[in-house]
Amino acid sequence: MATAAKGVVLLDFWVSPFGQRCRIALAEKGVEYEYKEENLWDKSPLLLKANPVHKKIPVLIHEGNPICESLLIVQYIDEVWSNNPLLPSDPYERAQARFWADFVDKKVSECWTRLWKVKGEAQEEARKDMIEDLKLLEGELGDKQYFGGETFGFVDVAFVPLSAWFYTFETCGNFSVEKECPKLVAWAKRCMERESVSKSLHDPHKVYEYVCQLKKKLGVD
Amino acid sequence: MVSGGEVKLFGMWASPAVRRVEWALKLKGIKYEYVEEDISNKSGALVQYNPINKQVPVLLHNGKPIVESLVILEYIDEVWKHHPILPKDPYERAMARFWAAYSEDKCRDAVRRVFFAEGGERAKAIECLEETLRALDGELEGKEFFGGENIGFSDLVLGWMAFWLGVSEEVASFEVLDPKKFPWFTSWIDNFLQVPAIKENLPPRDKTVAFFHGYRRLHLAAPNC
Repeated sequence: MATAAKGVVLLDFWVSPFGQRCRIALAEKGVEYEYKEENLWDKSPLLLKANPVHKKIPVLIHEGNPICESLLIVQYIDEVWSNNPLLPSDPYERAQARFWADFVDKKVSECWTRLWKVKGEAQEEARKDMIEDLKLLEGELGDKQYFGGETFGFVDVAFVPLSAWFYTFETCGNFSVEKECPKLVAWAKRCMERESVSKSLHDPHKVYEYVCQLKKKLGVD
Repeated sequence: MVSGGEVKLFGMWASPAVRRVEWALKLKGIKYEYVEEDISNKSGALVQYNPINKQVPVLLHNGKPIVESLVILEYIDEVWKHHPILPKDPYERAMARFWAAYSEDKCRDAVRRVFFAEGGERAKAIECLEETLRALDGELEGKEFFGGENIGFSDLVLGWMAFWLGVSEEVASFEVLDPKKFPWFTSWIDNFLQVPAIKENLPPRDKTVAFFHGYRRLHLAAPNC
């Protein structure tokens, strides 16, 4: 049942995995909101006012209050709308979930930033790091259905948007996620069976096309 | 002193990330055992409890390890609910976490760049650092602490700047803490360092300056390390 929440606006960019985290969280909670697509090369006055420090998407505006940084937005959503909790109730398990969500940002996203921008030895190192980090995540998943155990949770929300980028990682980095981390690929497929995920993520080939265009625009390659 | 099972903290005396955990434990009056780690020769226990990053701080609560200082702070606040560090309101919590993330994502990097910058790079690095101080100064306007009337989560996370930024200025010979440019931030430093749990829990200044002199020399001699 959709909750008609007063004044929920999401400033976002279609392919952003960080924005998608927020979309997935809102969908999991059944929160109705207004989606506003930003042009990152011509940011709106609303975005600049809502996030003056970083000037970045995503930004969630709820009852006039802006919340920035995707993982903070997801935690905010989880605290305001308490149905279908994303974080577990046990403090130790919550700490583990926060650690792994942070790991996705500090390690995987960071590796990706190196992988597509550099060549040669530096790229080889980024590829090795990426595979190592994905394997660590796969180890954490183990044989569980989701990172959250039997329920789709915080780490799943944090990581699943990057699964639409696996094809891009593989093509830029010249490796196979399926070969290195088959459990992660199976997990991503399971997540895609959830409407909140399938409606938020884009086709991996579309993501790759976007990155190719971005590379041309920035003169990388 | 509050008990709540066995609490152990693996740390390193000069580390700001470790201190912020100690400040939280002291504020809540939680009894704990402190274990000093030799970072150049990490113990089997540290590697066992933090196999991924192999870093301090590590909090061990009833034998279970929690790592990453910000994660540890939230854990402490959730287990020991008295003297709360994070506010109750979800929006205020999001703001507290925002400034904590700002400390880790922007401020640390900005200070590090000035600390290691040489020659022509220095001016640009100082400009970046001053931009972060301007943002913090703006956020503090009209407030004694980031948490309002009392110190909170953002104060504990940003607290390293109240001590270690001054140390960095001395070691790397630069000056950014100007009360005319950043009146609220420089006042906050004074306010923060007067809080008893903080004041009584800082590393010795001379020893810290000497340590970071060595750290800087080592890094500048071998920049790829």
